[in-house]
Amino acid sequence: MDDLLKDFLTETAENLDLVESDFVRFETEPGNDKILGNIFRLVHTVKGACGFLGLARLEAVAHAAETLMGRFRSGAVATPEAVTLILSAIDRIKEIMADIERNGVEPNGDDEALIAELDRQAAAAVPPPPPAELTPEQKTEAALGRPLKPGEVSLDELERLFQEAAGPESVAPSAPPAPAANQNGGAPEPAKAAGEEGGKDQPSVANQSIRVGVDTLDRLMTMVSELVLTRNQLTDTVRKTGDETFQLPLQRLTHVTAELQEGVMKARMQPIGAAWRAFPRLVRDLSADLGKKIELVMEGGDAELDRQVLDLIKDPLTHMVRNCADHGLEGPAERVAARKSETGTIRLSAFHQGGYVIVEICDDGRGLNPDKIRKKAVANGLTTQAEAERMSDQQVYRFIFAPGFSTADKVTNVSGRGVGLDVVRANVELIGGSIDLKSAPGAGTTFIIRIPLTLAIISALTVVAGADAYAIPQLAVLELVHAGARGEHRIEKVGDARLLRLRDQLLPLVGLKSLLGGDSVEADFDDNALVVVAQSSDEAFGIVVDEVLHTEEIVVKPMASRLKHIPLFAGTTILGDGSVVLILDPNGLAQSVSETARDARVATSEEQSGKVGESSVVPMLVFRAGAGAPKAAPLALLTRLEMIESSKIEIADGRHVVQYRGSLMPLIRASDDLMLNQTGEQPLLVFSDDGRWVGLIVDEILDIVEERIEIGLGSSSIGTQGTAVIAGKATEILDVGYYLTLAFDDWLSRKDRMQETTPQTRILLVDDSSFFRNMLAPALTASGFRVTPVDGAAAAIALVQEGKTFDIVVSDIEMPEMDGFGLAAALRGEPATAQIPIVALSSLTAPEVIQRAYQSGFSDYVAKFDRPGLVATLNALSSDQRRAA
Amino acid sequence: MTHAADQRRGFVTVEIAGQLFGIAIERVREVFAPERITRVPLSGEEIAGVLNLRGRIVTAIDMRVRLGRPRSDPSATRMAIGVEKSHEDFALLVDRPGDVIEMDVSAIEPTPATLDKSWHVFVEGVYRLEDRLMLILDVDRAIGGDELADAA
Repeated sequence: MDDLLKDFLTETAENLDLVESDFVRFETEPGNDKILGNIFRLVHTVKGACGFLGLARLEAVAHAAETLMGRFRSGAVATPEAVTLILSAIDRIKEIMADIERNGVEPNGDDEALIAELDRQAAAAVPPPPPAELTPEQKTEAALGRPLKPGEVSLDELERLFQEAAGPESVAPSAPPAPAANQNGGAPEPAKAAGEEGGKDQPSVANQSIRVGVDTLDRLMTMVSELVLTRNQLTDTVRKTGDETFQLPLQRLTHVTAELQEGVMKARMQPIGAAWRAFPRLVRDLSADLGKKIELVMEGGDAELDRQVLDLIKDPLTHMVRNCADHGLEGPAERVAARKSETGTIRLSAFHQGGYVIVEICDDGRGLNPDKIRKKAVANGLTTQAEAERMSDQQVYRFIFAPGFSTADKVTNVSGRGVGLDVVRANVELIGGSIDLKSAPGAGTTFIIRIPLTLAIISALTVVAGADAYAIPQLAVLELVHAGARGEHRIEKVGDARLLRLRDQLLPLVGLKSLLGGDSVEADFDDNALVVVAQSSDEAFGIVVDEVLHTEEIVVKPMASRLKHIPLFAGTTILGDGSVVLILDPNGLAQSVSETARDARVATSEEQSGKVGESSVVPMLVFRAGAGAPKAAPLALLTRLEMIESSKIEIADGRHVVQYRGSLMPLIRASDDLMLNQTGEQPLLVFSDDGRWVGLIVDEILDIVEERIEIGLGSSSIGTQGTAVIAGKATEILDVGYYLTLAFDDWLSRKDRMQETTPQTRILLVDDSSFFRNMLAPALTASGFRVTPVDGAAAAIALVQEGKTFDIVVSDIEMPEMDGFGLAAALRGEPATAQIPIVALSSLTAPEVIQRAYQSGFSDYVAKFDRPGLVATLNALSSDQRRAA
Repeated sequence: MTHAADQRRGFVTVEIAGQLFGIAIERVREVFAPERITRVPLSGEEIAGVLNLRGRIVTAIDMRVRLGRPRSDPSATRMAIGVEKSHEDFALLVDRPGDVIEMDVSAIEPTPATLDKSWHVFVEGVYRLEDRLMLILDVDRAIGGDELADAA
């Protein structure tokens, strides 16, 4: 292929991209003369060059398209059909060009149909010549048959603007002039024309820039990489020998190398807008295909990225835009019904932040449906029902990045086949970026992609684990901390998992030595662990290392093919001393964070995201009692909060009591080391049951918070269920049941409570949460029932099959393995329990859940925290049974 | 190039766990003493690690392990045969390299059935020297990384 043809192809491809996006803009802004001028000039140049190069097919198509565009110049309205037609002509031109690029000659083919259609539209688009005596507006209005709308421009105005706009002087459709500049393969015609004719776009830049082959730049980059390596080597040598004579020249070398590196990197930078250029067209086509009205807003397209990164990010971005159009935005009718504007908006924005470009792709559509994703995730085996219920919406949303995950109800040709977001994520992570999303039901979804500016040379922190050194990309490193018994931050142990308590966060820890060296975990966690706090796409976590060496610029070399499958490494590099060091991949490391650690951390991440799944929010009362961590109790268990004058607290029979509502209320201290106030007031948490009252003495009531309680840290002391992080502080969750029995103890022994003639109703209590079992069992016992608590459906069924008899079963709905619905159905199949009442206990109160509960065989449904309601229900059921008996 | 030369092939001989192997000379880029091999955790058993050879990253494969023989004494000096596959550098770690020999192609015999089954996949043929057998190593399979070699 000769150079002339090659130049033509490169230049035309760029011009066409411009034409395409300009044209879509023109469709929405028909009055914009500048756009029309640009388009016309570009197409004309293409046509001219084709004629000169003897590319007959191209010329014919370009000519027909130009004729139709010429009609717009003459004032014809650019109808969507005409625009579509021109866009398809541009597609055809691109196809032919791609063929020329491959084979060097114009391919054979027939464009008759397309050209005929273009001609037909052109003929139809001719406006009737207006009478001379009318004003320009009147002329146009006459032509249109209606008054001008705001934004529309009269024909004369358009004509005048068109004359002023940059463009070839004479446009005779049948005689294409060959632009002189292109004959020499010299400066691009558009730039030159613009420069001569007063266009303000690019003249000075065009004269000062030259085209450089991409491979030349790549080669330069490789050389600079080698130079950086050599510089590192020298620095290392000088550091070791301490030779002063090299200090100065080395300093200069460092300086020059840095500048050279920066210069070459800059030469490789391209505005991210280059990857967006095709989007207006894409969105226009999608809009037509999907029958949705979509507006595309692009901001920050001038943020620059390394061209290699740009190439790699193009496809993922395209996919995201498609995704927004297809899944994100609603159809016009649905939007109107939701009181939104008929036209949906996709907003693309980019900006620099640190060493990253952040790209946000935002739609104002329906948002993600967390429940649908939960269901789908469970159905796909990504998580269990119980897990899914526990997760925050934010965590649930991330499932859409899992392979094969699509919540689209119907598969369209645009998307919905479940290949996509996982690939997008993989591609983004491949280049060291990360992807996340935010979504609000009804308000839309925003995807946030962080892309590193460059791949080739990065700043990295060198760390040591065992005998080996590793590099961690500096961009992923948040901070370095000392932890452990002798450090400033504590390390908590939950099961086998270790968590770092860093300010108000609990971060899962990965021991590098045990992970990479197969050493025992203990090797990593001594009294003084050095933790690199790193950020992966999903979460912050800690990497425990033996030693941190230094930060230096490293040249990233790809991982060898035989080693690519190891997710922990992102590549290799050669350090100044010549040794090869593996570069750790923060995303890969995060994957190895043990599930236990993740679970234990759930409570914390909830706080950070600020979004808590409504289904299992437990309002907690936080208070202080005695020394040590604050304590908390579920608010639902409390009847009231009281301030009692200290002087009114009496001691009777070795117990604290107070006169309350006409009787003596027993008081219990919420902590053994709690000292009663001698003067002033004493706060009390009052629990009531069946007309009886118990007071829990505390030091101070701190707050009421809405939290999902996740008791990660095992219980050690009597009276606590464990520890959870609430509002950023480790908080002991009070075992209310324990304290209540302290009081009930004395009142259960009172004979008048028990109707001795009637046998106690036997209750089988099924709940996977020890918290609720411990809370309900004593409460129900206190109400006169004999309670057998079990931790799951399997245990319950086993007891029934063993022949144990129960009068009533009370069961939670959401449980791992077999849920309450399954249990109810199973119990109905057992002769012993086929007829007895089964009461559902759940925090889910949606009508369809209740409906389903009755269908599965439950005879009653009580909300989880409605303890009086439960007791009333059980009383009613047991008296029914007695009457029946 | 004469017709006779066409019929002759050169091999670099190496010893791996007491067995003599021949590696086609046109595959051998260089023979070197490996220094400072960086262990790659979680990699395949036979991957000795990666090393820097004049600015190139080379994946080193322990041929003893690859051939199912015990690892050599860590203190023993080993040599590396630098080879290339799909534009990537590899080093085959052997116990000791020997001479370069040239032989007539017709003298290469098919792999005898009596040979250790697990070795069949790595051996292209055998050549009888005066006092011992030389197995001709299939370099691509020795490097591995494709299903063919791994499945065998």
